[in-house]
Amino acid sequence: MRLEVSERQTHSAMLDILAPLLAVGLAMILGGLMVLALGKSPMQALMVYFIEPLSDPWALQEMAVKASPLVMIAIGLAFCYRANLWNIGAEGQFILGGAMGGWIALLTHGMDAQSPFGTFWILPAMLMTGAIAGALYAMIPALLRVMLGVSEILTSLMLVYIAQLFLDYMVRGPWRDPKGFNFPVTVNFDPAATLPLLMHNGRLHLGVLFALLAALIASLIMHRSLFGFEVRLVGIAPRAARFAGFSEDRLTLIVFAISGALAGLAGISEVAGQIGQLQPVISPGYGFTAIIVAFLGRLSPFGMVLAGLMMALTYVGGEAAQVSMKLPSFLVSAFQGLVLMCVLAADRLIRLRVRLHWGPRP
Amino acid sequence: MSMAIIELVLVTIVTASIPLILAGIGELMVEKAGVLNLGVEGMMILGAALGFVTAYLTGSALLGTLAAMLAGMLGAALFGMLTIGLGANQVASGLALTILGLGSANLIGAGYVGQKREAIATLHLPLVSDLPLIGKLIFGQDPFVYFAFGLIAATHWFLHHTRKGLALRAVGENHDSAYALGLKVRRIRFYAVLFGGACAGLAGGYLSLVYTPFWASNMTSGRGWIALALVVFASWKPWRIFAGALLFGGASVLQMHAQAASLGLPGQALTALPYLATIIALVLLSIKDRHAAKAPASLGQPFTGH
Repeated sequence: MRLEVSERQTHSAMLDILAPLLAVGLAMILGGLMVLALGKSPMQALMVYFIEPLSDPWALQEMAVKASPLVMIAIGLAFCYRANLWNIGAEGQFILGGAMGGWIALLTHGMDAQSPFGTFWILPAMLMTGAIAGALYAMIPALLRVMLGVSEILTSLMLVYIAQLFLDYMVRGPWRDPKGFNFPVTVNFDPAATLPLLMHNGRLHLGVLFALLAALIASLIMHRSLFGFEVRLVGIAPRAARFAGFSEDRLTLIVFAISGALAGLAGISEVAGQIGQLQPVISPGYGFTAIIVAFLGRLSPFGMVLAGLMMALTYVGGEAAQVSMKLPSFLVSAFQGLVLMCVLAADRLIRLRVRLHWGPRP
Repeated sequence: MSMAIIELVLVTIVTASIPLILAGIGELMVEKAGVLNLGVEGMMILGAALGFVTAYLTGSALLGTLAAMLAGMLGAALFGMLTIGLGANQVASGLALTILGLGSANLIGAGYVGQKREAIATLHLPLVSDLPLIGKLIFGQDPFVYFAFGLIAATHWFLHHTRKGLALRAVGENHDSAYALGLKVRRIRFYAVLFGGACAGLAGGYLSLVYTPFWASNMTSGRGWIALALVVFASWKPWRIFAGALLFGGASVLQMHAQAASLGLPGQALTALPYLATIIALVLLSIKDRHAAKAPASLGQPFTGH
């Protein structure tokens, strides 16, 4: 008896859509086994993690708020991944965007709206600074790759640690609120430096719109522009792209800039919309979870919005489970890893034909 | 500086480099077979968690060490099934392994935070271990240190002086030709990945059983990634892993001693030192010999033949 695995020539479009769903289902079953091993009820965990938040308006808003940074980062990453470039340091670009954008809020703190310059420009300046800081930070691995051939995977990841330590230092040192009772936080941002809420008394802020807008624009660029074609071609057939006269180096710099800028924008939106000040840690690992969102959403903008909501649900449900079921928060990251593994497996399985042969080898 | 302090610094540099050597040698073998496993950090922390918990529960350091290796191999097997069995993208699969490994290791270790156990004892030979300067350095280390050096020599010998090593390199350089020659590409790669997992697990076990003999969440703190950089830095040559590991180990020791000596630099800048050193090392290496340092030609390419 032997197993024969061969590549399928075609596969059904139906399976293409079903595969990520099946993968999430499988990950839920495996996650349930983990819950069981921790001595808790998997059914109750399923309810707390995935069902209850969906029926609670507050939790639903929370989900959208947590999904927006994930979607924004993932959309940028998708440009890189489609071109076969591996920016895995979005977490660092997110943090630097948040830190530098937040710095503008600190510099303008206490500015009077009646002053000759007004305060209307503060928020746009913060957002711009955040996006530019993220893009510049992403330029480090991109330039090193283009100019010296250094692997972008390792450098982009090392820069995450450095960004974390930079923010930690600034918030504990130069940026600390002098009246903050020695807590390692900055002053609270002025209203002029805070992203407005979309609804009175709600949780949704302007950053949620940014994410949707980013998805829309990315979808247009990817499918309706020469640049989008270029990105896809370099990823699928680098030799053909070279013959077509597309410069791989130029493309590398551009996709890294896009992905860094979106991660930076997500960072400053999180700081100005959700947190309202700078603190040593501003991300629960959004930059890494966004990698999962990118693959779960199959690198398509619409898919990544759905995937972002799904991963945001694990954060919201995870917080609830920590309180009501005393399940550790690490379960969320273990589950997220499982989801990515299952998605990668499902993506390949639908392209393979697996046959069982009886009898001896030919 | 007195002799005693120099000796202490040298000994700590060696111990700090051991996890990097172990994980680096493992990943070197994997990459020589043409597979890029970015899950080193995940396998390492699984080894650290399961190694510590097993040693704590059984009271046996040996069982803890074995459990650490098995944990790393388990993670590697998952990765191997995905990338070698199904031909999934290696970069994404490695990241998945790291995320899953960090989550589950922290989950496993959560109940053991703050528990202490004796570190595995260092060797003590009468007379020679008490020699000044080199006594502790050469004759007074823990068993892992000697194992790590043996491993470097064995890996070099295996890769360059055995038929099996030749087959492994052939698979890494050109899997289609190797397949046409009748080599079992998938099987060889899977064994290499398992070996890498055992090494990464062992490196994690070293951290939680010897280096800091307790469990703390996220205790590998990026060492798996540094080990990955080390392989590039070493240009896929086992002996250069040793030199690189001493350099990176030195950077992390320098950080500790500089912190103690309070040079006026912020602590965060010193903590960032090993990560910064990694980037700088990669840059310097590529400036020095951009063409000499050759990765295995099939590295990262999925093999989709039979």
